[in-house]
Amino acid sequence: MQNLVLLAWLISGLFFIISLGGLSQHQSSRRGNLFGMLGMAIAVAAAILWLFGSGSGGSATDVLDPNGQANTSVGGLALGTAIVLMGALVVGGLIGTVLAARVEMTAMPELVAILHSFVGLAAVLVGVSQYIGHPPSANEVGDGILHLGETVVGVFIGGVTFTGSVVAWGKLCGRVSSKSMLIKGRHYVNLGVILACIVFAAGFLVTQSTAIGVSLLVIITLLSFVLGAHLVMAIGGADMPVVVSMLNSYSGWAAAATGFMLKIDLLIVTGALVGSSGAILSYIMCRAMNRSFWSVILGGFGGEVAVVASDGQTRKHHTTSALETARWLLESSEVIIVPGYGMAVAQAQHPVREICEILKQRGVKARFAIHPVAGRLPGHMNVLLAEANVPYDVVLEMDEINDDFPHTGVVLIIGANDIVNPGAQDDPTSPIYGMPVLEVWKAEHVVVLKRSMATGYSGVDNPLFYLDNTSMLFGDAKSSVDRLLQELKSLSAPR
Amino acid sequence: MIIAIPQECQQGECRVAATPLSLNKLLKLGYQVHVESNAGQYSSLTNQSYSQAGAVVQVDADQLWRTADVVLKLQPPTLMEIERMKAGALAISFLWPASNIPLMEAAAARGVSLLAMDRIPRISRAQKMDALSSMANIAGYRAVIEAAGAFGSFFTGQITAAGKVPPAKVLVIGAGVAGLSAIGAARGLGAMVRAFDTRPAVKDQVKSMGAEFLEVQVEESGDGVGGYAKEMSPEFIRAEMDLFARQAREVDIIITTALVPGKPAPKLITADMVRSMKSGSVIVDLAAEQGGNCELTRPGEKYQTENRVHIIGFVDFPSRLPTQASNLYGNNIANLLSDMTPGSDGNLVIDLNDQVIRQALVVHQGKVHWPPPPLETPVPKAAGLVAISSGPTAMDRSLEKTSRSPWLWLGLGFVGALLLIGLVFEAPPGFVQRMTVFVLACLVGYQLIWNVAPALHTPLMSVTNAISGIILIGGILQMTGDWYRPAVLLSAVAVLIATINVAGGFLVTHRMLQMFRK
Repeated sequence: MQNLVLLAWLISGLFFIISLGGLSQHQSSRRGNLFGMLGMAIAVAAAILWLFGSGSGGSATDVLDPNGQANTSVGGLALGTAIVLMGALVVGGLIGTVLAARVEMTAMPELVAILHSFVGLAAVLVGVSQYIGHPPSANEVGDGILHLGETVVGVFIGGVTFTGSVVAWGKLCGRVSSKSMLIKGRHYVNLGVILACIVFAAGFLVTQSTAIGVSLLVIITLLSFVLGAHLVMAIGGADMPVVVSMLNSYSGWAAAATGFMLKIDLLIVTGALVGSSGAILSYIMCRAMNRSFWSVILGGFGGEVAVVASDGQTRKHHTTSALETARWLLESSEVIIVPGYGMAVAQAQHPVREICEILKQRGVKARFAIHPVAGRLPGHMNVLLAEANVPYDVVLEMDEINDDFPHTGVVLIIGANDIVNPGAQDDPTSPIYGMPVLEVWKAEHVVVLKRSMATGYSGVDNPLFYLDNTSMLFGDAKSSVDRLLQELKSLSAPR
Repeated sequence: MIIAIPQECQQGECRVAATPLSLNKLLKLGYQVHVESNAGQYSSLTNQSYSQAGAVVQVDADQLWRTADVVLKLQPPTLMEIERMKAGALAISFLWPASNIPLMEAAAARGVSLLAMDRIPRISRAQKMDALSSMANIAGYRAVIEAAGAFGSFFTGQITAAGKVPPAKVLVIGAGVAGLSAIGAARGLGAMVRAFDTRPAVKDQVKSMGAEFLEVQVEESGDGVGGYAKEMSPEFIRAEMDLFARQAREVDIIITTALVPGKPAPKLITADMVRSMKSGSVIVDLAAEQGGNCELTRPGEKYQTENRVHIIGFVDFPSRLPTQASNLYGNNIANLLSDMTPGSDGNLVIDLNDQVIRQALVVHQGKVHWPPPPLETPVPKAAGLVAISSGPTAMDRSLEKTSRSPWLWLGLGFVGALLLIGLVFEAPPGFVQRMTVFVLACLVGYQLIWNVAPALHTPLMSVTNAISGIILIGGILQMTGDWYRPAVLLSAVAVLIATINVAGGFLVTHRMLQMFRK
């Protein structure tokens, strides 16, 4: 029985690895997801089987661990407990299904963030429940303390993930101001909280009393909640891709720590996979912004208006009309569309796709250029364009398309700013200097769809807007795109 | 100030340095423009059209040269012409400074400045004045026209009532501006075009023009400085020559445009290859002026070999399309002058800090500035791959220092701390074993995730999110005993929310992946 369950979990672990491997290509990605589902189903089924079969004498986890010592808990699965378990599975599954079916693709960052918080909270609950279910008895010295240490670490990471994700969720859906909240000496506050946690954790490790242990664990949980919330509050809206992938990573580490605590290898493996996945995504995002990881995590970039037009002169920009833009688009042979967060906010992806189709019918080669940090989630723009039925082979990454701008007729920038800032390449005083950007200014014509001349999230002025080959098309992204679509339709209609 | 456009004196030069169209721009910059009578006759431009555009048509050539502040020409001014210019005046033309040193010294002695259009650096900003590119474009087109004239058949394939005509096969060697232009023209006529270049960076450009890109199986990039090709290794050249020999037997037209700066043109088509070609085939050698890419090329001539292969080695292709060539050249010069006339007030400003001017102005204030100082910045446009890949590498390196190392240290520190705890507390063997599993899983994850396509990062996040819901196993295993025990209840809540995560994560990933289509 024990071997059967362990074997099932091994298979689940393998399936998870295959699942992540499948995501390396579009073609295999769906199969990858199915493998993930299958792995999860097997893992859960095996766990339930184990619970039913564990019978009397010792709790499930204790029997699994040959080194563990049997506790005096009630053995087997009581009927009431079985009902509660099934209820939790069914209700949770239903809620998840409804959430997944209802969510708008533009709200994907929010959903991902809130789901991270669930993992964090679950890790906290499992940790606390494990402790009060099996309080250490005095005679366990070595393993006991190690076990308690694992519990504390799991609960701490879980707590940080939980509130961090809730705050990130709030920022992403606008319930919390997306500006970075910077209180004085915030680094000291964070440091103090961490130190306090260590002190309490030490007390937790040595105490013999369950009551004191539980209260210390609760205090540590609350402190980790404060830390998670405070960390993310300090991070500005534009850095959200990093934050979300970082929380993704934390949720993995939380699962891995729980795995250590419960001595389940499957949890350790899966947690490590997720943890390293999130870490790598964070790294990729940081690289795409040319920022160090610490400067993002410690916050304070998104809100401070660092430098505004250094020379202080008012510079001239050109404006254009939807009609003129439509003419340019039809006259050129190659068009590149650069979408940014503005497109997501305005939900303009569908009319953008229609524009793309009209251009295609008229023999204009229209493609999309996606900067790694466009939007609020890694790969956000790709998902939105896919939702609007844009075929993925015309959606290109920065490295694939950057060489093509010089022979492009028109570049259409929809709600993007910092990712097309030439200052990142030629102005060493710019705060975003060195960040890889899309070299749109090399195209013959650049049309920027933008609400006003305001700066982007980084608060950096964009010299692109004042170039001679740049024209501004002011207005809300959705209405501008709609107008443009109208003009294109009437221009290309047979007369 | 007065800008003068004299008639070109060199035999066979049909172009003129300004046309009524480009002249308009010069007038807008505030200059007076004097044109020698009949200057545009070979470009089909009449005196009347010049005067209508606002220029003064000058019959007296001496008067024209003497009064001019700036003289615009195509061919280098002759010694005689320099003598006619007033001291302090500027002549803008092609100059080929390396082979015209006596001329430059004469100009310096006379106090005349010379600006060489062929020395305008190939940087993005100067593209609008890059006369070599505009002339190369014309040469490529004209080369195809010359080939079509000599070729005894259609370019395009046809099936007629009288029988089938196969399409002509054209090989273009060297995919620079001229080569690409030739590809475009030959495709336009309906031929099957293939092209070869030592620089892999131009592959996409060749393909975008509709030609097939031929490659050899030797890994070497021919990207040199300034967007030109460099000389290749002997090994590469052998592979390349084999390729040409095979192609020569097959194709009808060969157009060669291969140049390495500062060296005679490489010999790519040997006499043997020419002999292996079908009779009636045509070779157009655009490098004839530098000695030719074909061993049998006679510079300046068009002739047939014994096996009836036409070899066209003209050295004046742009001049054979004079109207268009004059127009583009005129525009190049007008753009240059527009940069040199910041006030648009008819006053020429020579700014030696301007990189373009410093490179191109080879004689100024009685001194010969040749050879010019080396160009400081890498050339971004044509050498695309080189410039772009060298920039980020340096940056990546510094990034690794700042971004990757915290992760590495964090990870190592974490593992180290856990191991230390394990040692201090005399961890049971199970712990060390789990640590091993953990570290290995991290490495597997690291390898896997780098392969994920960036476009799939959002699905990746939601799927890892669903997978991290595996924590629900931990919840399930805590649920021993009666349901009202607090531990069981807490676990039940954990199971509930973790299940939301699992179901939600997998389904939303599924939804997203369904949307991705080709």
